[in-house]
Amino acid sequence: MASLDDLKKRITSVKSTQKITKAMKMVAAAKLRKAQESAEKGRPYSEKMYNIILNLSKNINDKENAPKLLAGSGKDNVHLCVVMTSDRGLCGGFNSNITKKAKSYFKKILDSGKELKIATVGSKGFDQLKRAYKEHIIENISFKESKNVNYFDADKVGKMIIEKFEKGEFDVCTIFFNKFKNVITQIPQKQQIIPLKSDKSENKNDVMNYEFEPEEDEILNNLLPKNISTQIFKAMLENSASEQGSRMSAMDNATRNAGEMVEKLTIEYNRSRQAAITKELIEIISGAESL
Amino acid sequence: MSDSFNLEIVNPEKLFLSLDNVSEVVVPAFEGDMGILKDHISIISFLKPGIVKVFTGNEVKELYVEDGIIEFSENSLSILTSRIIDIKEIKKDDLSSMINEANEALKDENLDDQKRFIASQKIDVLNRLN
Repeated sequence: MASLDDLKKRITSVKSTQKITKAMKMVAAAKLRKAQESAEKGRPYSEKMYNIILNLSKNINDKENAPKLLAGSGKDNVHLCVVMTSDRGLCGGFNSNITKKAKSYFKKILDSGKELKIATVGSKGFDQLKRAYKEHIIENISFKESKNVNYFDADKVGKMIIEKFEKGEFDVCTIFFNKFKNVITQIPQKQQIIPLKSDKSENKNDVMNYEFEPEEDEILNNLLPKNISTQIFKAMLENSASEQGSRMSAMDNATRNAGEMVEKLTIEYNRSRQAAITKELIEIISGAESL
Repeated sequence: MSDSFNLEIVNPEKLFLSLDNVSEVVVPAFEGDMGILKDHISIISFLKPGIVKVFTGNEVKELYVEDGIIEFSENSLSILTSRIIDIKEIKKDDLSSMINEANEALKDENLDDQKRFIASQKIDVLNRLN
């Protein structure tokens, strides 16, 4: 059994851990509110963008000459997967949920004999994937320096993807991120961005007849790269809200566990203290009796 | 007012402006400035750097946009742009740094014609504001 001094030391150490996790929880809660707000504010832009593209692509009659970003390169041999994670740890299952989803998809691609390329955004994803998929990782981007998610970072990633696509380095691009539902639930998502896949049903017949200035394909050529950056930006916003939410609940759990631990240790400490006193008393009494 | 329509301006970060009593909007469309009144035909177009003028009653609001897409249908106009600033709030320092940025971009020899045009357009507009 541990001595009284050891127990006392352990209690203080658990207590200070609890203080740290509590503080981290508070910080995450404050950051969460901001991140959630900006994720919600960012939604109209990506939705509108998506609707316009949907309208445009329906107005294109000549599907074969449609821009490649929309229609794809006609093959699906090389897959690029963009795995978006956080730069910091201590946020529960946030990063491993994404990589788990990504890994199962990687397996599917590799099993069907296709080529796999991986780009990671955020250093935690890179750390988790480099062991098993090192030779597939072609890019590792991290935005540790920028405090808040901003559009220009997303644009950088988007431009990188488009550049690679235009060079013919891949045929299909998929992004992985966590969608923020609420503080306790974040859903890992897989979204294909090249070629653009409309997940809504195609039977929307109320498509408006638009006037285009300049021509449809010219607008599309201009719009599609922007849409990619927008989708990435949306994913980054959702991710940052999810990260904070995940961290908050993880730290909440940690604080509670530490509390339980302190309670248990305190009881143990008191019991052994009591036992020591009893032992001493017995010694004194039996000493007195023998006289 | 019967001859007014809705206007929504969104940038990636947020809904920048939402008005429902706009009488006219002038946008710097790629092929020339375009004035939009109520019951305009449905149109999609994209913008070059310039000034968006929003007329509400007797008030005129002027906003600098860097790029964007506009969509007009059923009397509601949406403007999507990556960078938008109210002219009244623009600062001299920001202006000069933006001009420098555009000038830097122009120095790139591999720039295609369209990007070159956009950058020079940007310098033009910013210089006029300065």
